[in-house]
Amino acid sequence: MVVRAKGFFTDTTVCIGCKACQVACREWNQDKLPNAFEHVHEHPPHLLGTSYDNTGHLSSVNWRHVKFIEQFSEDRTQQSRWLMMSDCCKHCVNAPCLEVCPTGSLIRTEFDSVYVQPEVCNGCRDCVAACPFGVISYGEWDGKVHKCTLCYDRLQVGLQPACAQACPTQSIQFGDVDELMERAKKRVATLHERGVKEAYIYGDKDILYDPASGKGGLNVFYLLVDKPEVYGLPANPQIPSKTVPKSSAFSILTAFIVGLIGIFSFRDRRIREIQKNENLRT
Amino acid sequence: MDISRRGFLKISGGAAAGLAMGGLTDLGLNLNPVIAHAQELRIRKAKAVPSVCPYCAVGCGQIIHVQDGKIVNIEGNPDSPVNQGNLCPKGAATYQLAVNPLRITKVLYRAPRSDKWEEKSLDWAMDQIAQRVKKTRDETFVRTWKNPATGEEKVVNHTLGIASLGGATIDNEENYLIKKLMCSLGVVYIENQARI
Amino acid sequence: MPGLGVSYGRGGATTFQQDTQHSDCIVIMGSNMAECHPVGFRWPMKAKAKGATLIHIDPRFTRTSAMADIYVPIRAGTDIVFLGALINYVIQNELYFKEYVLAYTNAATLINPEYKDTEDLNGLFSGYNPESRKYDNKTWQYQYEPVNLEPAGDSFSEKVKANHKGKPKQDLTLQDPNCVFQILKRHYARYTSEMVEKVCGTPKDLFLKVAETITKNSGREKTTVFCYAVGWTQHTVGVQYIRAAAILQLLLGNIGRPGGGILALRGHATIQGSTDLATLYNVLPGYLAQPSALKKHATLEEYILTETPATGWWHNTPKYIVSLLKAWYGDAATKENNFAYDYLPKIIGDHSHMPMFVGMKEGKVKGFFAFGQNPAVGGQNAEFQRQGLADLDWMVVLDLYETETAAFWKREGVRSEDIKTEVFFIPAAAVAEKAGSFTNTQRMVQWHDKAVDPPGDARSDLDFVYDLGKRLKKLYAGSTDPKDRPILDMTWDYGEHEADPYLVMKEINGYTVADKKPVKSFTELKDDGTTAAGGWIYSGIIPEEGKNLAASRNPDNYVSLGWGFAWPANRRILYNRASADPSGKPWSERKKYIWWDPEADAGGGKKGKWVGYDIPDFPATKPPDAPAKPDGLGLDAHSGADPFIMKVDGKGWLFAPSGLLDGPLPTHYEPMETPVENPMYKQQVNPVVIRFDLKGNEYIKVGDPNYPIVISTYRLTEHHLSGTMSRWLPWLAELQPELFVEISPELAGEKGIQNGDWVTIITPRAEIEAKALVTRRLRPFRLGDGKIIHQIGMPWHWGYQGVVKGDIVNNLSALVGDPNVTIHEGKVFTCNIRKGRRQRTANV
Repeated sequence: MVVRAKGFFTDTTVCIGCKACQVACREWNQDKLPNAFEHVHEHPPHLLGTSYDNTGHLSSVNWRHVKFIEQFSEDRTQQSRWLMMSDCCKHCVNAPCLEVCPTGSLIRTEFDSVYVQPEVCNGCRDCVAACPFGVISYGEWDGKVHKCTLCYDRLQVGLQPACAQACPTQSIQFGDVDELMERAKKRVATLHERGVKEAYIYGDKDILYDPASGKGGLNVFYLLVDKPEVYGLPANPQIPSKTVPKSSAFSILTAFIVGLIGIFSFRDRRIREIQKNENLRT
Repeated sequence: MDISRRGFLKISGGAAAGLAMGGLTDLGLNLNPVIAHAQELRIRKAKAVPSVCPYCAVGCGQIIHVQDGKIVNIEGNPDSPVNQGNLCPKGAATYQLAVNPLRITKVLYRAPRSDKWEEKSLDWAMDQIAQRVKKTRDETFVRTWKNPATGEEKVVNHTLGIASLGGATIDNEENYLIKKLMCSLGVVYIENQARI
Repeated sequence: MPGLGVSYGRGGATTFQQDTQHSDCIVIMGSNMAECHPVGFRWPMKAKAKGATLIHIDPRFTRTSAMADIYVPIRAGTDIVFLGALINYVIQNELYFKEYVLAYTNAATLINPEYKDTEDLNGLFSGYNPESRKYDNKTWQYQYEPVNLEPAGDSFSEKVKANHKGKPKQDLTLQDPNCVFQILKRHYARYTSEMVEKVCGTPKDLFLKVAETITKNSGREKTTVFCYAVGWTQHTVGVQYIRAAAILQLLLGNIGRPGGGILALRGHATIQGSTDLATLYNVLPGYLAQPSALKKHATLEEYILTETPATGWWHNTPKYIVSLLKAWYGDAATKENNFAYDYLPKIIGDHSHMPMFVGMKEGKVKGFFAFGQNPAVGGQNAEFQRQGLADLDWMVVLDLYETETAAFWKREGVRSEDIKTEVFFIPAAAVAEKAGSFTNTQRMVQWHDKAVDPPGDARSDLDFVYDLGKRLKKLYAGSTDPKDRPILDMTWDYGEHEADPYLVMKEINGYTVADKKPVKSFTELKDDGTTAAGGWIYSGIIPEEGKNLAASRNPDNYVSLGWGFAWPANRRILYNRASADPSGKPWSERKKYIWWDPEADAGGGKKGKWVGYDIPDFPATKPPDAPAKPDGLGLDAHSGADPFIMKVDGKGWLFAPSGLLDGPLPTHYEPMETPVENPMYKQQVNPVVIRFDLKGNEYIKVGDPNYPIVISTYRLTEHHLSGTMSRWLPWLAELQPELFVEISPELAGEKGIQNGDWVTIITPRAEIEAKALVTRRLRPFRLGDGKIIHQIGMPWHWGYQGVVKGDIVNNLSALVGDPNVTIHEGKVFTCNIRKGRRQRTANV
């Protein structure tokens, strides 16, 4: 049960590869990450030589990562493209990580996002292996796994995730998944009209589809103009075996209701405070 | 609907109301087990101060969150008509520009031919700097100047002995006072990053 | 920027960033907007989403090119050929906006028949003196019909009647061979699409596609905007690049209109404000000339008569200079002592950045302040500049971190015991730790509040300067030496302990001397000493005590007059009178912005005023059919259909009879260092280029086979300038950790260089090393004679301090300047490269 599934529509055709999302993510989540100065000292960064990407992949500190793909023919006229894509957790509707988590650390939130409860995680890394997208990473500094939370804390007070707010070109759009999907399909149609015939959506219902429930798809989905593999995305990701025990030993429904009451009581309060704090107009 | 500005506050208000009304009948929407995990917003008790991004000249509005006299967060101001909450990576890193252990917070002095800095008091340094300015000015100030091309003698009331560089990264008011003070001292080597 | 100032009247961007969302076509040239102004770039992207065409013209395929509908490669340093060819295309095909051009530009104005063009003199204009390497612009002047003038009155404003030149002669048929239009036509006749292919290395078809797209998206119904940055300015003909675009935009009728204009994209938070309020040697706040010993400036009256035109808005100059002197010297500035005019120091030449460091090396400059600037990395021929620092007696650095400038005495290759310079480092407050204002790239002044106190002994530059001024007043107290009067008489009262930035802004805004009440507008300023204003163009920011419009935060969905304050007078699109036709009606419904409403209440029982979405950049109630008074002063000399109020004739200047030192029309010269002989004229480089023929600053000769490769330097999104505000931040340092050099696979192949290899880059000034980024985003250019020109590119953010370090790219470049503004030529010079690490130390 969710309020309404929330997620990102990432339109890669307007991504300028600025990495604002990556920095905004690290800024907002700094209290959940190792000290940036110690981290840079212990892991001196180097030029990777892969276009303008120097962080390489999603990691326990980079919950966002921007990919750069240079596609130029030798004469530069047949093809001349520099593709960019900001990547993060897909918050799958059928999330393999959630299926395999033995401790119940990974949960599905009221926003239909997938969240790691750090205080419950035992660092077994089953989820790392299960994720078909290579999203989840183990943090050497605290022995737990880490990934994008869809800014769970911000969502609970009605703020959009830090990355989407920062994104200068609205390549990362946050909202209700059904509305976003509608918008994405319109965008694909517009691009087709303008001659970008190769535009399509990656992450609609067909991805990680479960025939049993009739559900599938990614709450974080993409508009791409080349094959998924070009962007480092699996063409056909798989749901792992369903035999893995369900993640939680206690009554989901009870926990949900208790949690929900708790949230809404202080959520209202928090929204009021935020509104007060952010009333900046003079 | 464009929800890129003030987050989805208004929408979520509506959604929350819908949930309260509809309650568990909405359960059919998603059969996945759902757990709400109460989150503590780290800027919950912070005061929001309007600011402007210190990097390029786009002029993005920022909000600085302050708690117990400390900056705890800096993000884009959704009200600004320039950036509507957006920032670039530099703007998004503004927090680390200000809250940074590598910042120098003491006055440093390097004596002639020395190989090290010494920590000094602000008052000492200000006093020394004022004396250096006066000494150099008094030694180099000229009332007139002879134009080598024409041989004409002109009143100039200036010193070429002191130069001032910078201004584009600091405030307008600071620039104005630098110009006013330097001009009054007779300094003409005044320059900022406009030619960079 | 004189490119815009000379053409239109003011040096600032003519429009605002948000307005580009209403453009039908966006041309980004001389700018990598997505990279360097990512958030500003959101607005062109909004236009693109609605169907506008985005064109990027650049030597490299960049993050901006990746978003463009049309990417156009161009050899670095040839933009005037490209822009000139667009001008030629527009004229030859009669695609210019005829009514606009006739009414609003100087197309019809007649020029001195003695004028000779670069077409006549093989790359020189008439009036060139080869010995002084300077122009006399006498032959570039308008022809005037003399007018009868009443005898001048006693006030300064009346005395400048003496400067009235008469009424410019015009030929409204545009047929007279001496009219600007015909001169323009002849000047650009050889700038063809074929010439573009030959000189720029740009395929002819691609040029024509750009020409068609721009012209199709200009006119009554549509508008095109140009966005530029330092890709245009950092050239020895930089000002003329912008002039070329300014001419084109006038011909297309795109100035003063929504979705049109020229958006100058500036690189620092208040580079506009620091220019407006003048931490520059040659101007006083508000673009008043700094008194000069090289001009007729001996007395205030001489200064005023030299600087004040009889017609156009600058007719008000006496009010602004007298008010400035009153703001600075208070009661000591009296009518009797010419308002303390002699207190202002006079310049004796070029005292800008590069000459400043030459002055250090010559031992002239002994003391130095660096206010948040890092010339040890950012300066051209940077080792030359670092050596200059070593010749100082003392220097003061105010910054957040220990910059390369602060630490120049401990860099690689020098012994600190050899360096005599005393260094004071004052820890500065970050923006979050002080209140004050920035002026952004669209002339908008925005206030930032103070969030927290600065840490430790860190303090704002404002407090530093205020404190220093107070201490100097004390040190000079009791002096009877006239040279010390300016310090003693300088008004310096901004708070008991720390300076209150509000009080500083109030002084900038201006006030009436008698009661200290803020003035609402610069129109209230007087030339009799009854008003004071430190920076007249900012008047109106504090219209009444306690009200600070820079801090106003009431946005709307478009012009947002309630957010911040844009100088002048909160106008967001300049010259917006031109958004209406001569009769005052919008050119089209789609592009309406400011128009004449004959029924609107004009106050005092009168009807008729300019209305619309913005503040009119025009006298609010001057009707469109108001005739120009031939003998009128100020704006009386303009008609109700002259939108360029700052100009003496009220017209946009296609041809610039004055204001530029290197010619009235942009002309292609090759860069100072280039592998190419000028294919268009015998004259190779800008004939009045500023050279620094000094040891350690040797230039590479044209076509020198030892240095055959063209290099551009530039910025990355992840870093800022010399790195002071980014290389100390792990979040940013990790994103671009190392210096690299972008090389095409073709050149890399010739040199045996693989992606990721160390490469040494060599000029006569220095050798530096960087890692190779081999990419097809760079390409060789094939020119008309079959010659292949290789080009490399390097970001210049690294230095020997900070979290991530690397060689200083500006070690490579030379000191050389545009004649109008002494900007250097970082966007194009020559070098060589070889595989492997450097053998010399980076700094010596």
